[in-house]
Amino acid sequence: MKALAFAMRSFGRELRSGEVVVLLSAVILAVAALTAVGFLTDRIGKAVERQANEVLAADLRLRSQDPIPNSWRKLAADYELRTADMVLFPTVVFAGDESALTTLLAVTENYPLRGTVRISDALFSEQREVDRIPAAGEVWVDSALLARVGADVGDTLSVGEAELRVAAVVTYRPDQSIGFASLAPTLLMNTADLDATGLIGVGSRVRYALLIAGQAESVSAFNDAIQDQLPDSLRLRSAEESSERAYAAADRAKRFLSLTAVISLLLSAVAISMSARRFAHRRMDTVALMKSLGATQGFVVSVAIAQLIALGFIGVAAGSVVGFAAEEVLSWILADIIRGDLPDPGPAPIMLASGSAMVLLVGFALPSLIQLRNTPPLRVLRHDVMPPAPSRILVGGLSLAAVAVLLYTSVGDPAMLVIVLGGIIVIAAALYLVGRGLVATMGRFRSGVGVAWRYGLANVARRGRASAVQVVAFGLGLTVLLLLTLVRTDLLDGWRQTLDQDAPNHFLINIQRSETESVTDIFESRGVMPPDYAPLVRARMTLINGESVKDREYPAEDAQWFVNREQNLSWAEALSSSNELLDGEWWPPDYDGPPLVSIEEEVALETGLGIGDTLQFEIAGQQLEAKIASVRRINWDSFMPNFFLVLSPGALDEYPATFIASMRVEDEQKAALVDLVREHPTISVIDLDSILQQVRGIIEKASMAVQAVFFFTLAAGIAVLFAAVQSTIDERRFESAMLRALGARKRIVFSGVMAEFAALGAAAGILASAGASILAAVLATQLFDLPYTFNPLLWVAGVAAGLLVVCASGYFAARSAINSAPVDVLRGAPG
Amino acid sequence: MSNDSGDSAVLAAHSISKKVSSPEGSLTILSDVSFSIAAGESVAVVGPSGAGKSTLLALLAGLDLPTAGYVVLNGVNLGELDEDGRARARAEGVGFVFQSFHLVPSLNALENVMLPLELAGRDDARDASRAIIERVGLKERWSHYPAQLSGGEKQRVAIARAFATEPAVLFADEPTGNLDTRTGETIMELMFELNRKSSTTLVLVTHDNSLAGRCDRMLSLDAGKLVADTQVAA
Ligand SMILES: Nc1ncnc2c1ncn2[C@@H]1O[C@H](COP(=O)(O)OP(=O)(O)OP(=O)(O)O)[C@@H](O)[C@H]1O
Ligand SMILES: [Mg+2]
Repeated sequence: MKALAFAMRSFGRELRSGEVVVLLSAVILAVAALTAVGFLTDRIGKAVERQANEVLAADLRLRSQDPIPNSWRKLAADYELRTADMVLFPTVVFAGDESALTTLLAVTENYPLRGTVRISDALFSEQREVDRIPAAGEVWVDSALLARVGADVGDTLSVGEAELRVAAVVTYRPDQSIGFASLAPTLLMNTADLDATGLIGVGSRVRYALLIAGQAESVSAFNDAIQDQLPDSLRLRSAEESSERAYAAADRAKRFLSLTAVISLLLSAVAISMSARRFAHRRMDTVALMKSLGATQGFVVSVAIAQLIALGFIGVAAGSVVGFAAEEVLSWILADIIRGDLPDPGPAPIMLASGSAMVLLVGFALPSLIQLRNTPPLRVLRHDVMPPAPSRILVGGLSLAAVAVLLYTSVGDPAMLVIVLGGIIVIAAALYLVGRGLVATMGRFRSGVGVAWRYGLANVARRGRASAVQVVAFGLGLTVLLLLTLVRTDLLDGWRQTLDQDAPNHFLINIQRSETESVTDIFESRGVMPPDYAPLVRARMTLINGESVKDREYPAEDAQWFVNREQNLSWAEALSSSNELLDGEWWPPDYDGPPLVSIEEEVALETGLGIGDTLQFEIAGQQLEAKIASVRRINWDSFMPNFFLVLSPGALDEYPATFIASMRVEDEQKAALVDLVREHPTISVIDLDSILQQVRGIIEKASMAVQAVFFFTLAAGIAVLFAAVQSTIDERRFESAMLRALGARKRIVFSGVMAEFAALGAAAGILASAGASILAAVLATQLFDLPYTFNPLLWVAGVAAGLLVVCASGYFAARSAINSAPVDVLRGAPG
Repeated sequence: MSNDSGDSAVLAAHSISKKVSSPEGSLTILSDVSFSIAAGESVAVVGPSGAGKSTLLALLAGLDLPTAGYVVLNGVNLGELDEDGRARARAEGVGFVFQSFHLVPSLNALENVMLPLELAGRDDARDASRAIIERVGLKERWSHYPAQLSGGEKQRVAIARAFATEPAVLFADEPTGNLDTRTGETIMELMFELNRKSSTTLVLVTHDNSLAGRCDRMLSLDAGKLVADTQVAA
């Protein structure tokens, strides 16, 4: 208690004297940066996810062939979730004598729960967002439907027994990309009119859907709660499985964001460890004096720890204020991306950042502070006696443990944790060893250079271990900054590639074998590159290894649904360019043996099926048995037709097949599609442009956010390196005053200090370039599924950045030291 | 005054030696030094540079331990105490004045004086310190930080700090070594005066023969050995 009272009294004095300013700034900086990045990752992560969720127009969708019992709506309400109902079925509508097939979509008030519907008031006119559904008695329809029946906005359509007025043209629905089965143009109406149509009755192919959305936690709680009680007739669909493409983009963005969080954490760790060292070092004289005056070990340690904690609290408080301000500014900048009803992150980012800074502070400063207790009191008489260096295992272990714990809580991704932490340890060790080597060789060169360089290099060499530690700190800081730059560039490039301008933008469905030649002719004669056709045979899976699919046990629940549903089988001679073989072998091009089948990775995982298992299908009343020969991964980004089950050539020859194709049709070539539909009315054309636009929108927003986070982290990183240099300046201040007192001209002393920084900066830059290249390669290939290309520019950038940042911050720090009059500095010297 | 180790002895060295290991092998800094100092006595430790004077002082104050022999301070064998025990012994009965002052740069003059009182848990630290800082003539400068004080002023603060706890023994290692002659003289004047008034035992390491001559007794060291123990005629 005595120690505590004493600590607080003298802490006030230390604060006033500016002793602790550097460590305090490091803590403030760390809290502010971590808060801002944490806030951004939360906002942007949720915004991107939300955008991907729009594909479902909800967070969850319950689908059924029968009306969905009210109990589910009640249950959703219990979880404070919003719901909307949807009824959809194909039907024919009439406008006068003209008729056309449509997918009728009747919705209730809240539709869509996620995203917005866009309509226009006339064909091909300006579109706008609406936040309501068609009024009773009105419908909103696809322009294609109007074209087919020759009607316009304002006309009346006969839908079953009801007469409904066309009030608008639907140009966009968030969920238009799901359910490729609904090929016909849609008609959106109010469920209030449903009864009047008289279309719902026995035998009609009506599907029901309950849309559910709300706070993320409630949604997942609801999701967990219903898993067990879901009857077979109900099928749950989450956004994740509905939009692989949008999710692939969102997922990468989130990984990048968490990488950024990791990096700001590491930068904070560097800043805090550097200034904590200094904090402990500067207390050594005071501790020796206090011990000579009769203070016990326990007392000096308690005082030091109490002060560390007090400092932590002040830093955290000030950092939170700065962090909160940063949050405000950032949300203002990113207002466009993160608008909407995202749940307020509340104090979570600040709490997390504050906790992290405290853990870092304790992890890095504690070992040195505890070691202070062993400072020999003899130091008051012999200034060269030092406490024994704290055990490296203790220091390393504690700081590593601190960083690991924080990384895990902030990232929660063990793969990334292992890669980043392992990489950091290896790089830090390499930096230290090479740093010491460099420091030793630098000393040798000093006889061959001018006085300034001799002084600078001699300094680097003399402070062997300290210099090496500085190289480690600068080097680590630079490594993560370079890494961030690299990954960001790779990431954005990778995205751009997946969205390359040649990506197919139309699907053709329901092409008969006999039509393929004619379709090719239509496109060729109009200068459009004709598509490749993929065959499609509908089948049901009956037996797996001779056992009924219904009786089998599967590793994942979703498997039950998969094996029971109608399967789209295809065959292929060669492996599609959008597929990657994971296991087994692809059949030779001229294969004509017994039927083989290649299955998709997720299917293999969920069903537990693998090479050698046999599947039996029922196709149009006939049985077909095929042995699994390979497992594939599908790149859903490719926008090519892909199938979970692909059979060997010839296996499906005897069965009725239709063909599907994807192709790129530019705007000015669209006339070809009109001709196609006219000549082959049964072929359906699906326009992917709007879906592509949706995905592109997600990626653009995500990449903009990624850039914002990137620049923020970069700025914080540079500030940290500045702080690190500042913390080494004390000694230099004293030395340069002495040199000047001895008559050295200012310029010489200054050049000497700069030479020292240049040497350190270059060493750190070289090492950081090497470290970042390796880490980036690992991250790109292991985590982001992006190809890594070596970039020699990185080395130039690394060394240049090392020189620039270290010299610039050294310049500012040294300038003040050198410009102060020698006498001031000498007076302030120990004693 | 006597030099036997009777009950009146406040400080006694019993055959203390100090060896350190150096790259060139073991080095003997002090060998077999014995003496005892009575309460109230003022003793000068003299000898050429490198003779082992500071080393002896450190051992007497329990800042370091001898490799052989033992020191008894205020009736306690320092060799039997652990580091914290020795610190407590210092807190209770020892004051220091150093050649290089050793003020805490982040504390002002008054706070520096308060430090040992606070460490001893005294509630009246501030008032007691004010009184003594006035006695060393720094009444107007109490709020100044060490960097704002001259060498002589710093040493006055150090002396005030040393006397603040009214220690039984005051150790001073060349307290005037960093000061010019005139300032040195006034500082020593101040020290002897305070010493007289508080009847503290003074152990003073010095190169200055005239200073040594003002003490009751003179211990001469050379190459780690006690070569002379002389009573100085008053
Ligand atoms: N820990 C140590 N390691 C090595 N040598 C030491 C150590 N402590 C003291 N010495 C050496 O022992 C000798 C005595 O040192 P000490 O500081 O006691 O001398 P001194 O009499 O106080 O000299 P001065 O008058 O110059 O202050 C010196 O040669 C010193 O270098
Ligand atoms: Mg000495």
